[in-house]
Amino acid sequence: MSEAMGLKAKLGLNVFKHNETAHIVIKPGMEKDPRLKRAILVCPAGLYSENAAGGVELTIDGCLECGTCRLACGIEVLDWNFPEGGTGVQFRFG
Amino acid sequence: MEKFDVIVVGAGLAGLAAAYTLAQEGLEVLVLERGDYAGAKNVTGGRLYLNPVRDLLPDLWKKAPLERFIAHEEVSLMAKERSLTIRYSGGELAEEPYQSYSILRAKFDRWMAKQAERKGAMLVTKSRVDEVIMENGNVVGVRAAGDELRADVVIACDGVLSFVAEKAGLRKPGKAHDHAVGFKEIIELDPAVIEDRFNLEGEEGAARLFMGEVTRGKFGGGFLYTNKESISLGVVVGIKDLMEGKPAVNAPQLLDDFKARPEIARLIRGGQTVEYGAHAIPEGGYNAMGKLYGGGILVAGDAAGFSMNIGVTVRGMEYALASGYYAAQAVLQAKEKGDFSAAGLSVYEKLLNDSFVLKDFKTFKHALTALENPRLFTVYPELAGNIMRDLYEVPDGPKKPLFRTVKQYLTLREMWAMAGDMRKVMKI
Repeated sequence: MSEAMGLKAKLGLNVFKHNETAHIVIKPGMEKDPRLKRAILVCPAGLYSENAAGGVELTIDGCLECGTCRLACGIEVLDWNFPEGGTGVQFRFG
Repeated sequence: MEKFDVIVVGAGLAGLAAAYTLAQEGLEVLVLERGDYAGAKNVTGGRLYLNPVRDLLPDLWKKAPLERFIAHEEVSLMAKERSLTIRYSGGELAEEPYQSYSILRAKFDRWMAKQAERKGAMLVTKSRVDEVIMENGNVVGVRAAGDELRADVVIACDGVLSFVAEKAGLRKPGKAHDHAVGFKEIIELDPAVIEDRFNLEGEEGAARLFMGEVTRGKFGGGFLYTNKESISLGVVVGIKDLMEGKPAVNAPQLLDDFKARPEIARLIRGGQTVEYGAHAIPEGGYNAMGKLYGGGILVAGDAAGFSMNIGVTVRGMEYALASGYYAAQAVLQAKEKGDFSAAGLSVYEKLLNDSFVLKDFKTFKHALTALENPRLFTVYPELAGNIMRDLYEVPDGPKKPLFRTVKQYLTLREMWAMAGDMRKVMKI
């Protein structure tokens, strides 16, 4: 399997338990803060992207809860929490 | 309202080592875990070195669900189009007791949690700790899913971000510079294929590290560990280097490109990726650590920053197990004196100071500064590759003397730079 597998397909292999509320939220008004751009590069799940308006968007589905975006961007731009107990990614191998 | 002797937040290695040790001594221990089971949120590269922790938890290892003992070590300098690999196979690596094992955390942690429960610890899963309850500056409990839970001591083993230690005022939010991010695939392969491809006999395993092009010259490297029926293949890269984007490349791309390298592709051919995991890793070392204890609280494992990269080895799990164990010892001593104040629990730091944990962190406190040198990940892999290429090359005309072949790369300026790098590396 040397050909690259799509990131979505890769994340699709994991067990996720859905939660209605997003556990990481871009703070309102911070979408265009340059610190958020870092998340596009560092997120291993590729959940951050730049939108047409030049702001950064976050899709929470597929979050691996690794903590990297909080460390890279900081708490001024991200409202960061772990998902509620019993939800989110459940690693079967780890 | 319930009151326990100890509440452990997080069923990872630190938390489980603490709970196991305390329950064994008859204390009432509650372990709160936000995942569906112990290990559900935990990721390692992974290998565990047993020597430093074997005697702390002596009854654990005989039946522990570890993967393969590592009998072969490899490190590769990976240049853009070539790589130079050093392979080490020493007799001591293949002799019992084995020094290190590959490990899958979901499997291991779940098993270890069972052992702690057997000793009498109470494990509550699917339970996220939301608040730390403080009274007069001391931690007296936590709030989880609306329940107020109290204890003489709370042990924060909630991982690299440790909201518990942060809320208790023992640490500040982590900085990018002091952390790396690791991400990996578990690739299933038939055990016989693994043994053939990696030249392994029976339960033997292989560990391989790669530095250079795998991170585009950024601080970090690639890793590969053989498990019983799978391979753990991944990349670790410094978050600061990654976010500064020189050159700009996103994390998932690094792993895809690594997998596509001819050195790697043939090792995983026919394999089935079954999971993709990631986790931040504390790498700031001794200088980046927060406070380890306060009134009614101790901090252990990644939560305390106990993970260390010294190039040849990347270790965290032994420090987690040991710090959990010493946290338990500190609680036992504090209980004897009936003093759970910061003064009563300060013995924790003393125990860690006397153990390999803080001794290692002091010994290697300059390791990060030395390893952050970008030349290690750019210049040297290319240099090594180019020298090897020229040495092996037989041109269509006369071949240059070997010494001159090597010497052309070692200009005065390069030698000067190497001496500077050497001075830094000698601090490790």
